[in-house]
Amino acid sequence: MFGKLTIEALPLYSAIAAGGAAVTVGGALLVALVLTWLKAWKYLWTDWLTSVDHKRIGIMYIVLALIMLLRGFIDALMMRAQQAMALNAGGYLPPEHFDQIFSSHGTIMIFFMAMPFMTGLINLIMPLQVGTRDVAFPWLNAVSLWLTAAGAALVMVSLVIGKFSTAGWTGYPPYSGIEHNPGVGVDYWIWAVLISGIGSTMSGINFMVTILKRRAPGMTLMRMTPFTWTALCASVLMVFTFPAITVACGLLALDRVAGMHFFTNAHGGNMMNYANLFWIWGHPEVYILVLPAFGIFSEVVATFSRKRLFGYESLAYATAAIAFLSATVWLHHFFTMGASANVNAVFGIATMIIAVPTGVKVFNWLLTMYRGRIDFHPSMMWSIGFIVTFVIGGMTGVLLAIPPADFLVHNTTFLVAHFHNMIIPGVLFGYLAGYMYWFPKAFGFELNRGWGAASFWCWLIGFYLAFMPLYLVGLKGMPRRMETYNDPTWQPYLMVAALGAVVVLCGIVSMVVQLYVSIRDRKLAADRTGDPFDGGALEWSTSSPPPPYNFAVLPTVGDREPFREAKKNGTAYRRPASYTPIRIPSNTPAAVILGGFAFVLGFAVIWHIWWLVVVSAIAMFITVIARSSDDHAEFTLSAGEVKRIEDERFRQLGGRA
Amino acid sequence: MSEHEREETETQEQRNLGFWLYLMSDAVIFALLFATYAIMIRGTDGGPTGKQLFDLNNAALETVLLLVSSTTFGFASLSARTGNRGGAIGWLAVTFLLGVGFVFLEVREFAGMIAVGAGPDRSGFLSAFFTLVGTHGVHVTMGLLWILIMSAQIVLKGLTAPVVSRLYRLGLFWHFLDIAWVGIFSIVYLPGLL
Amino acid sequence: MEQHGLRTYLIGFVLAVVLSVIPFWLVATHALPPRRTLLIIGIAALLQVMVHLRFFLHLNFRTTPKENMLALMFTTLMIFIMVGGSYWIMFDLHQRMMT
Repeated sequence: MFGKLTIEALPLYSAIAAGGAAVTVGGALLVALVLTWLKAWKYLWTDWLTSVDHKRIGIMYIVLALIMLLRGFIDALMMRAQQAMALNAGGYLPPEHFDQIFSSHGTIMIFFMAMPFMTGLINLIMPLQVGTRDVAFPWLNAVSLWLTAAGAALVMVSLVIGKFSTAGWTGYPPYSGIEHNPGVGVDYWIWAVLISGIGSTMSGINFMVTILKRRAPGMTLMRMTPFTWTALCASVLMVFTFPAITVACGLLALDRVAGMHFFTNAHGGNMMNYANLFWIWGHPEVYILVLPAFGIFSEVVATFSRKRLFGYESLAYATAAIAFLSATVWLHHFFTMGASANVNAVFGIATMIIAVPTGVKVFNWLLTMYRGRIDFHPSMMWSIGFIVTFVIGGMTGVLLAIPPADFLVHNTTFLVAHFHNMIIPGVLFGYLAGYMYWFPKAFGFELNRGWGAASFWCWLIGFYLAFMPLYLVGLKGMPRRMETYNDPTWQPYLMVAALGAVVVLCGIVSMVVQLYVSIRDRKLAADRTGDPFDGGALEWSTSSPPPPYNFAVLPTVGDREPFREAKKNGTAYRRPASYTPIRIPSNTPAAVILGGFAFVLGFAVIWHIWWLVVVSAIAMFITVIARSSDDHAEFTLSAGEVKRIEDERFRQLGGRA
Repeated sequence: MSEHEREETETQEQRNLGFWLYLMSDAVIFALLFATYAIMIRGTDGGPTGKQLFDLNNAALETVLLLVSSTTFGFASLSARTGNRGGAIGWLAVTFLLGVGFVFLEVREFAGMIAVGAGPDRSGFLSAFFTLVGTHGVHVTMGLLWILIMSAQIVLKGLTAPVVSRLYRLGLFWHFLDIAWVGIFSIVYLPGLL
Repeated sequence: MEQHGLRTYLIGFVLAVVLSVIPFWLVATHALPPRRTLLIIGIAALLQVMVHLRFFLHLNFRTTPKENMLALMFTTLMIFIMVGGSYWIMFDLHQRMMT
């Protein structure tokens, strides 16, 4: 009836595990309590959970990402604490628990923090930047969100019921196969990744069609914003490379559930093919994450240097080059698996070549800042911190691209330092810069600058303290993922690293305080014009937040910075002669219901509750058919209602119009 | 063209591009399953090989069924485009029956192999075979369900613009599956029986 | 039924049948050495895929939207890199690692 699920699944075997479960359950209950106290359930359901509006979906993605950032960071703190104290000792975490923590840390940060953060920012801003009312497939957009949330929910539930994977965020067989890992941990990982991966593939399709077919009249590809360019290239990568991880995880699932032999030791399995398939996705994935961050930096640096972006065309071509090349380098993740020198050399050279277009971008950003009038808004600080720190990481990357060098440091903390040195300044600083840059657009008031700056400095200093020692101790020979060690010369480095994690914690606390202070003072920092930083792209021409239809009259574009042009010509903030009715897709529960059943399906497969698998699959099927048969899932905003909303906007603008 | 008609056309173009991109991502999945199959051909673990298991006549019959069904679907599309309800439903029914025939032959083939101990859990080679060919078969089955749903929609709503446009996307799907089958008999069955 | 459209499907059908019969017959009769047969199977397959694209999917450089055509070409390139790369890597590993 309940498959493998029994009372033993509760984490009562360890105080720490029970604590984690208590915090998870307690946190969920607290949220439910607050919602009940605020009587906000109906509002949440009708205005948010059933929404198909890209702006709302974007915000929900970012909320998910920030919550998962907290969870993933707690994992990081626990690991740093363990390693700082575990010299010739067991520390406070037994090996199996430590293994779950490093596995969930990586899985959460990549799939449930970085991907949703990126998807959320693209969702929120890209349709505004291309001058359209919504993405091409609003309902599919909502489905992507709820599938991602279902995956995140599976990871969170693993804290309470059962255990998470101990096979790392990459899940290599044969260790992750059923013979060596018969528990539910790896299955939680597989289904969280598979379900959210489907969501990501669909988002990629949605964004591609939106950017290719829904741009405002006059907006040629070379007139798009840099962020939209990077969103397009990242979306192309999403569509074409996520299938690889679907195959990798799918085949692993077949091995585990159906006794197949894709990656088993015996019976004709080939476990090296898993690494091959996984990294065909895995390498492009990190470019999926970093390219939109580069796009954000392009916009932020230009805006806060009060200068036109330098070298727009080279940035566009560099982005496309990076995207294409990223699909040709994947073997560098397994140089040491045993391929011949020729194979290693080809992929090593390809890896180095990717650094070139990235370097082009760095020069473009520097030259944009040169002779600009810099405004040190926190987003600009994140950008400058990124440029310096990311370049260091890039250099260690070029070093790692040399196979013989990689043989010495593969899977040491040197590697761990390298990829954090790319992802934290590259991806995370970029998204935090975007978060602080576009927050006023989303909510109508600015974030507190002082606390933003504090957060930045803590993150920057904390990052260096946490990861520079890892380069050094990696060169001294320390492997990654170690729960205990016996070389006393390593410990001082690990203690500095732990200190760095604490400093980053201060950065995260600063962000939370920033949010509280900004909400408290929102009337003082209100964005009444929609253009708090004198931006040039179309999103700044709307109110903050924008109306549901984005633009009462769809813009026509003749320039790379259409809004700045309009401001210069005096054509900005013009009232149209009349308004026309606007059709808007209706809210629907179908997407969140689909996500809910996806969660149940995943949970049921993990615990071998087969009847529930069938039931939830049928339920998902029926939901999709019912929704797809609906030909008129939209309502019309009358011209009068549009006028009312627009009149309020012009009233807020005061003397501008 | 009125404003409304222009928006409708744009919406359909976007849906067609979106569906086409989905098919491209599916093509990558199939390509990687093909690659995995090729990598695992020798992984028979001393067990049954393709030469011993595959039946040329069965593969030929499946090929005929699928190819004819692609053609009859084309006839259904033509009927739909000229507003011929009866023709559309009729040719969809023929396509459906041919597709059912294909799935029946494939299930029988799989059952036969499992009965002689050559199931997907016997060896890596067989895991790859069953997954590649089986994934195609599952897609065909989904297509058959979709044909039923489209037939119902034609009966209930008639050949409206949204219905015809959905039928077009089903056509893309169905023809794509026939292309995948060309790959399957060319990479799995024919070389296996050589 | 519309005559012009009907002809397209029938031509496609006939071509596809021919391009299927040839490889099947070669395997059934073992008329040619295996290497040669494999080559013909491959060429017939590629040609038949193009027949399907042209006559069933109506892909052409005039009426097909350029985004769709580009997507198809990009997919072909990606598949070539991923499958080709995988095959090269795994074959190389097989030689060195016996796996």
